[in-house]
Amino acid sequence: MTDTALSAMPAAANIPAAPASAASLTAKTRRRRALAYLQALPMALVFLVFFVVPLALTVIVSFWAYNEYEIIPAFTVRNYLDVFEGCLDTADVCTTVRTYLSTLKFCVLTWICTLLIGFTVAYFVAFHVRSRTVQMALFLLCTIPFWTSNVIRMISWIPLLGRNGLVNDTLMGMGIIRTPIEGLLYSDFSVVLAFVHLNTVFMIVPIFNSMARIDRSLIEAAHDCGATGWQTLWNVVVPLAKPGIAIGSIFVVTLVMGDFVTVGVMGGQQIASVGKVIQVQMSALQLPAAAANAVVLLGAVMLMIVAMTRLIDLRKEL
Amino acid sequence: MGDGPRSPAFYALAAFFALFVAFLYGPTLTILVLSFQGPQGGLTFPMNGVSTHWFGKLWAGLGIVDIWGALWRSLRLGLVVMLLTVGIAFFAGLAFRKRFRGEGALFTVAVASLIVPSIVVSLGIGLEFRLLDEAVNWAAARSGWGWLQEHGTLMGLYTSALGAHLTWTLPFGLLIMFAVFNRFDPAYEEAARDLGATGPQTLRHVVVPILGPSLVGVALFGFTLSFDELARTSQAIGGRNTLPLELQGLTTTVTTPEIYALGTLTTGLSLAVIGLALGTSLYLQRRRAKAGLRSG
Repeated sequence: MTDTALSAMPAAANIPAAPASAASLTAKTRRRRALAYLQALPMALVFLVFFVVPLALTVIVSFWAYNEYEIIPAFTVRNYLDVFEGCLDTADVCTTVRTYLSTLKFCVLTWICTLLIGFTVAYFVAFHVRSRTVQMALFLLCTIPFWTSNVIRMISWIPLLGRNGLVNDTLMGMGIIRTPIEGLLYSDFSVVLAFVHLNTVFMIVPIFNSMARIDRSLIEAAHDCGATGWQTLWNVVVPLAKPGIAIGSIFVVTLVMGDFVTVGVMGGQQIASVGKVIQVQMSALQLPAAAANAVVLLGAVMLMIVAMTRLIDLRKEL
Repeated sequence: MGDGPRSPAFYALAAFFALFVAFLYGPTLTILVLSFQGPQGGLTFPMNGVSTHWFGKLWAGLGIVDIWGALWRSLRLGLVVMLLTVGIAFFAGLAFRKRFRGEGALFTVAVASLIVPSIVVSLGIGLEFRLLDEAVNWAAARSGWGWLQEHGTLMGLYTSALGAHLTWTLPFGLLIMFAVFNRFDPAYEEAARDLGATGPQTLRHVVVPILGPSLVGVALFGFTLSFDELARTSQAIGGRNTLPLELQGLTTTVTTPEIYALGTLTTGLSLAVIGLALGTSLYLQRRRAKAGLRSG
């Protein structure tokens, strides 16, 4: 719209017969654009004050020195050296790398589970449910928990997974196991389970959105050409659902990479994660150290999603 | 597909979907049941009788934790975040339709705000307010002005925490507004303008009524995301916690079904809000359809 307005302006000005209308057109366009700025201003201000400036400050403070009492605005790279302390030693893995590997493991496991579950659920709702109303109802059924408290949804695994929980009781009652399985709660397993429980919705929504746009005649064409159900799924549906898969993957990856709440609650406060390191340093008032860790985390996350964002233009998807 | 008989794949997928729904809702239903545990009951099954004992204990308060104060703070903040999210996202959506210089940058920032890890955003806002406090202290010491002395901290529910919540709700709001405006027929506005309506009149009598159901959806996102927000609030709140922060602390200290009672209560509250929003949205759609029939 800007382009047409801009090209219309000189064209109108060149017509000498209608100078009045040209003048009013420019005035109108100018007013319209001023209005657009005014309408976008509140959002721009919020993001400036609470997102752009804080991120810039984080980068700046990550290069500052500190002692037990205060932070000192003097340039140093010590915070980054501290983050990677011992990492040049090839014999032993340093704490930072170990923490990242642990977080990365959660990330990959969660990504695989949420992708498989999310894709299957979205595929069922989009292609196998025929009525639009039922589709919307099932879609809502999947999204409602997203609007309720995450912490409560984590706690609600305790009666199921605990030492005397429902799972252990049932298995023992059936005679499958003799003694309760210990590692169900407060373990890597419960962390991944909670991640999948909380984040599958972030896969379902964008993948369903992509699938809803797939022209149904393409499926029929594939069928008419003799493709089997699996061939149609793999060669038609999956490629066309790729943007949704990419958006969902970005959500899941960033949510897991920066998490400290789920790992904390479901890991019994015993499992390390990058987000938790930052949180602990923050509460110990080691702000520059926390900032340096945050910058490293941000870099890692950005690297992971650059590849995914290259593939799609998010705005076309809406 | 089509209208033929259901394929075997349909039944397999339907079973998978049912399992997924059970996985999604099962745990929550478990604590719903266990929150009515008898006075002697513990955190797991079996039920030791049925009572509202733990709700009573919850009502009396959870020891030193001011849970009702936290709930009240979260509700108020959620309401403010909701109103701001609807207003700001709606007008930003209008601006993006007109096109303006810098729209690409604003959109990128909005999406970035959604995908930058919450702990990083929270840390940044926390840092910003600490530095602001120091700047104010410095100014107070330099100027000696009375009103600047002992200001405490600028960090608080309606400053840093509100901002932290908006960085999370506004991107959702904006994305919804994009989706909504993509399906909005500009002919309605043109008709209004042709009939002599001014810009504000067109907005009030044409655009807002048509978009009403979607705006309710944005409000739902604004309130519930704020009400449950934890990661972004954690470093960006002063001394007084919101409910999710208190809840996180309680997971390690409370060892009685009280915490389930609290879970039942907050989940019930969220469900009530969701129900209210969906109901309002449906009502607005119906009313519009009816009005369309009458005038058509």
